[in-house]
Amino acid sequence: MSPVLFELLLRSIWETVLMTGASGLISLVFGLPLGLALVATDRGGIAESLWVNRSLGAIVNGFRSVPFIILLVALIPVTRLIVGTSIGTWAAIVPLSIAATPYYARIAEVSLREVDHGLIEAARAMGGNRWTIIREVLVPEALPGIVAGFTVTLVTLIGASAMAGAIGAGGLGDLAIRYGYQRFETSVMVAVVVVLIVLVCGIQWIGDRLVARLDHRG
Amino acid sequence: MNQHVTAEAGDPVAVDPAVSQDVVRLIGLKRRFGATAALDGVSLTVRKGEILGIIGRSGAGKSTLIRCLNGLERPDSGEVFIEGREIGRLSERDLQPLRRRIGMVFQHFNLLSAKTVEENVALPLKIEGRPRAERLARAAELLQLVGLSEKAKAYPASLSGGQKQRVGIARALAARPALLLSDEATSALDPETTRSILALLKDINSRLGLTILLITHEMEVIRSIADRVAVIDAGRIVEEGTVWQVFANPQSEITRSLLGGIRPQLPPEIAGRLVPGVGAETILRIDVAGEAAHSAFLSDLAVAVPGQFRLVHGGVDHVQGQPVGTLFLALAGAEAAHLARVTTFLKDRHARVEVLGHVAGPV
Repeated sequence: MSPVLFELLLRSIWETVLMTGASGLISLVFGLPLGLALVATDRGGIAESLWVNRSLGAIVNGFRSVPFIILLVALIPVTRLIVGTSIGTWAAIVPLSIAATPYYARIAEVSLREVDHGLIEAARAMGGNRWTIIREVLVPEALPGIVAGFTVTLVTLIGASAMAGAIGAGGLGDLAIRYGYQRFETSVMVAVVVVLIVLVCGIQWIGDRLVARLDHRG
Repeated sequence: MNQHVTAEAGDPVAVDPAVSQDVVRLIGLKRRFGATAALDGVSLTVRKGEILGIIGRSGAGKSTLIRCLNGLERPDSGEVFIEGREIGRLSERDLQPLRRRIGMVFQHFNLLSAKTVEENVALPLKIEGRPRAERLARAAELLQLVGLSEKAKAYPASLSGGQKQRVGIARALAARPALLLSDEATSALDPETTRSILALLKDINSRLGLTILLITHEMEVIRSIADRVAVIDAGRIVEEGTVWQVFANPQSEITRSLLGGIRPQLPPEIAGRLVPGVGAETILRIDVAGEAAHSAFLSDLAVAVPGQFRLVHGGVDHVQGQPVGTLFLALAGAEAAHLARVTTFLKDRHARVEVLGHVAGPV
């Protein structure tokens, strides 16, 4: 591999890491509260409101049913509004975040829903309010699942970010298509695949380690 | 209820029945779930410093009842007074400070797996907004009380069932409650652990003077630690009284059936051979309790009413320090006059006598 290609590879790795990391963080910040809201407003939840629950569920399902490549293009006006441009790495973070947030919200929702109802009742019996229940019971008890779900979301985002090359976002997927596929640079293709494998395995490994440390359920 | 036993024996746990002494007063509590009435007009009082046991079969309404006391469940109608204050119509927000006055222990412990033992115990204080140092000091104090000081930094998953319940009890006491609710606290534990947990509750009751209301489906639990018992069935209190008196003289069918497991019963071999008419022997059931059980009534009977009898089954238990006995005698013969003299003699000695029937020959 030529030094020029190698430099391109390094830049692509950074772009992928940036896209994945930034949109992952955003999906965590918005997806976790959304997941909490889905659990809390559901029947028997700590802030039961079926009307809100159905509406949130419909929005989440709506975003989740649109294929990412279509979302990428459809969100161009929104992206331009937020970032100022619809092209480049930062521009890709907008659709990636918007796709990953409902995805992560559903994953977090599943973990939060699994928290034993008896624990919520215990917190209520102690005189805890909703915020106490969220802070002391729901989130800490579901944390292993919340972290494991975040790991899955990051890995999914690495895959999705490859498609972001379609709007000139760069990244490893873009590199593999333009050099590895269209210019027959097999070494680039191989390098991209190896880097992706290392990235995915690394994220999964860190995630698994973290879950093991956080999980005291025995 | 049970008045005729009370009359002679007195009440070993007499508490001033003044209203100010009532930690809990329930009036006509009703709660329906769909077509079934979980609570169908429950009125009940829990006096300061006592242990009141509520017993009933599963589905009798026990859980709904105990949950009405801290507002986890709302009654459809009726009133719940906690320390003189009506709570049935308080908002969730207004209930929160009140719940801190009421500790609760659960059947499945309900400890937070992500928190250490001391963090679990300190949680009610964290909810109250107490500073960290005070919380940890109180947690250490309580862990010592329940004998788990060395497990302070452990996670609940590493504890045995009995240890988990000790943590649950320590947590329930953290905010210095006026009332402790125990929701089948020993039902998930083995008999030996159950005994140690009950001993701990009794100890807390006598040492701290803490009022305890417990629900259970096991008479053994009532017998071990309760001062008074209320029997609930189909959402109604069917019987209520001092434990030993209820044991000595159960009024309702459901109470008798719940007592069946721990009170002497006529062995099935004999029960199966009973005939109503005549026979070589007459089987009597004699219940004595309190003062009556202290006297030598059997030897007195032998002197006063000559005739043979033998003991077939039975025994004398001690409940709350009071003797509670049930004896099954086989009386030779079935002559009505003789039987009447035996019965009258025993009744004069404040025993309850029931002629169960006759058997053809010795069993």
